[in-house]
Amino acid sequence: MTPEKAVPNEALNLYGSEFTSRFLIGSAQYPSPAILLDAIAASGADIVTVSLRREAGKGVDKDTGKESAGQQFWSLIQQSGARLLPNTAGCKTVKEAVNTAHMARELFATPWLKLEVIGEDDTLQPDVFGLVEAARILCAEGFQVFPYTTDDLVVADKLLAAGCEVLMPWGSPIGSGRGLNNPFALKALRAHFPDTTLIVDAGIGLPSQAAQAMELGYDAILLNTAVAKAGDPVTMASAFAQAIEAGHTAFNAGAIEARDMACPSTPVLGSPFWHGTGGA
Amino acid sequence: MKIEIIGSGVSGLCCAHAFVERDCEVNIIAASDALDSTCCSWWAGGMLAPGCEGESAEPLIATLAAESMTFWQTVAPAYTKAGTLVVATSRDQPLLNNFARNTEGWHRVEGEEIHQLEPDLGERFSRALFFADEAHLDPRQTLSHLIDTLKKHGVTFTQRHIDDGPSNQYSSAADWIIDCRGLGAQHVLPELRGVKGEMLHIHSDEIKLSRPVRLLHPRIPLYIVPREKSLFMIGATMIESTERHRASVRSVLELLSAAYALHPAFGEAEILEIGVEARPAFTDNLPQLRRRGKTLAVNGMYRHGFLAAPAMARRCVEFALDGIIPSEVMNENTP
Repeated sequence: MTPEKAVPNEALNLYGSEFTSRFLIGSAQYPSPAILLDAIAASGADIVTVSLRREAGKGVDKDTGKESAGQQFWSLIQQSGARLLPNTAGCKTVKEAVNTAHMARELFATPWLKLEVIGEDDTLQPDVFGLVEAARILCAEGFQVFPYTTDDLVVADKLLAAGCEVLMPWGSPIGSGRGLNNPFALKALRAHFPDTTLIVDAGIGLPSQAAQAMELGYDAILLNTAVAKAGDPVTMASAFAQAIEAGHTAFNAGAIEARDMACPSTPVLGSPFWHGTGGA
Repeated sequence: MKIEIIGSGVSGLCCAHAFVERDCEVNIIAASDALDSTCCSWWAGGMLAPGCEGESAEPLIATLAAESMTFWQTVAPAYTKAGTLVVATSRDQPLLNNFARNTEGWHRVEGEEIHQLEPDLGERFSRALFFADEAHLDPRQTLSHLIDTLKKHGVTFTQRHIDDGPSNQYSSAADWIIDCRGLGAQHVLPELRGVKGEMLHIHSDEIKLSRPVRLLHPRIPLYIVPREKSLFMIGATMIESTERHRASVRSVLELLSAAYALHPAFGEAEILEIGVEARPAFTDNLPQLRRRGKTLAVNGMYRHGFLAAPAMARRCVEFALDGIIPSEVMNENTP
């Protein structure tokens, strides 16, 4: 029953579109767009998140007559060939998030939306009540919503009821680099929603933490700061890509259960008895 | 040799200075025949901080900066070498370690040492990084002084708008045209993008700083630069946008909160000015020299105008007069 080759990693399915890479990468805070593009290439990511709350400006720019003042940066990201996932980063109310979503759909011509409704300034914790409300409105309008949420089961359930097909629980607060603060809750979420696409979004600082989330059976990882603010963002992007793939492959391969006692990996039966007695 | 320079920001003026030194006849075409308040240089911080900038800038910036600082030391009227102090609030201490890891040229200072450097901050911060070799200048004072010097040396200023749109080939009798228009040249350098920056000038008699202070923050690098007469410049946001006219409430709030976090005395400071500009930048955020026929473009100064302009000007002059190709910044050389 053991296959000769490792089970090929099946594609990541997001609202009916399939992707090879399970790494979604953010586009903020890089030293330069050139380094951002190199990091996207090194990450192998098929999807890049972009924010527009501050970059969009007000409609047509007075000087250039261009559609929007941030257009040039977004076009640069599009050069990478990645699909853009606009986000509502920095939005604090349902109304603000919904307005930003409309702007995003117009600017990027995509129904995709990473929905963030921030409830608390210090932890940038999602306002889950506002999130569910905004998700309900936007799903009804035909958006394909990727909600940035906590690891709370009940909230997850409400988001699915609102029409979300993907959930993005946090590992820990945005940009904190603390990894998975509550692996127990993330495990429970995975177990409760075995058929929903689950992406750990936010808080990942190290490749090992990304691998840990994938080993729990998560479908993908979304991160930004850990790569953008690394000493060498491009090399770090590649390290994360390897870790995410390793974690996913390990999950498919089926890990052993941890146990308390040692269990020799080489059979002892048949070993000459004096080995281990300290000599003849 | 006749040189025509378009643009009177720090790039244009430094190029003019460098050509005049080589006995060229220089005319500057600009939006104004005096100090131009519609360019990025007018809103600059004036920090000469290659060590701190090294946190995110490529090593080329440090190379250009070393040359430029020698230039400013002799040219800028109020060049002050007092270093840079980098601090973080207690909750952002990990950022200080990150910053230290990604930069060179600092040493750690604590308690009494901070108090000696900046008496008003001694009580507020217990740990900091001190970049002793860095300097600062007052951009407006410096540019104004540079304009006076250039005029004394026979440089002429022509107040005119250059129309070199797609349907209108610009020509000139000069031997070389040096295009230093920044974002104004976006139609001929389409890869150029804008990085919006917002800044404030405030006035306070309650607090004194002797050097630029950077307050690390997870999202925006913020700094306060002391000027003469109890003025302080607080800068600057970094937003991917070509917008040049609108400072947002949120940006101003963030800048002012940073000042207030640095010292509560800033809470009573008077707001004098809120500025907005879009910095011209290429994709790698590095300055470039591009030649098309007899036009040389010096552009993409990003947030490093004062740090890079004198060094770029020297390269520009050596290329035009001596044929030396500065490969590290020369991106195009079309005869």
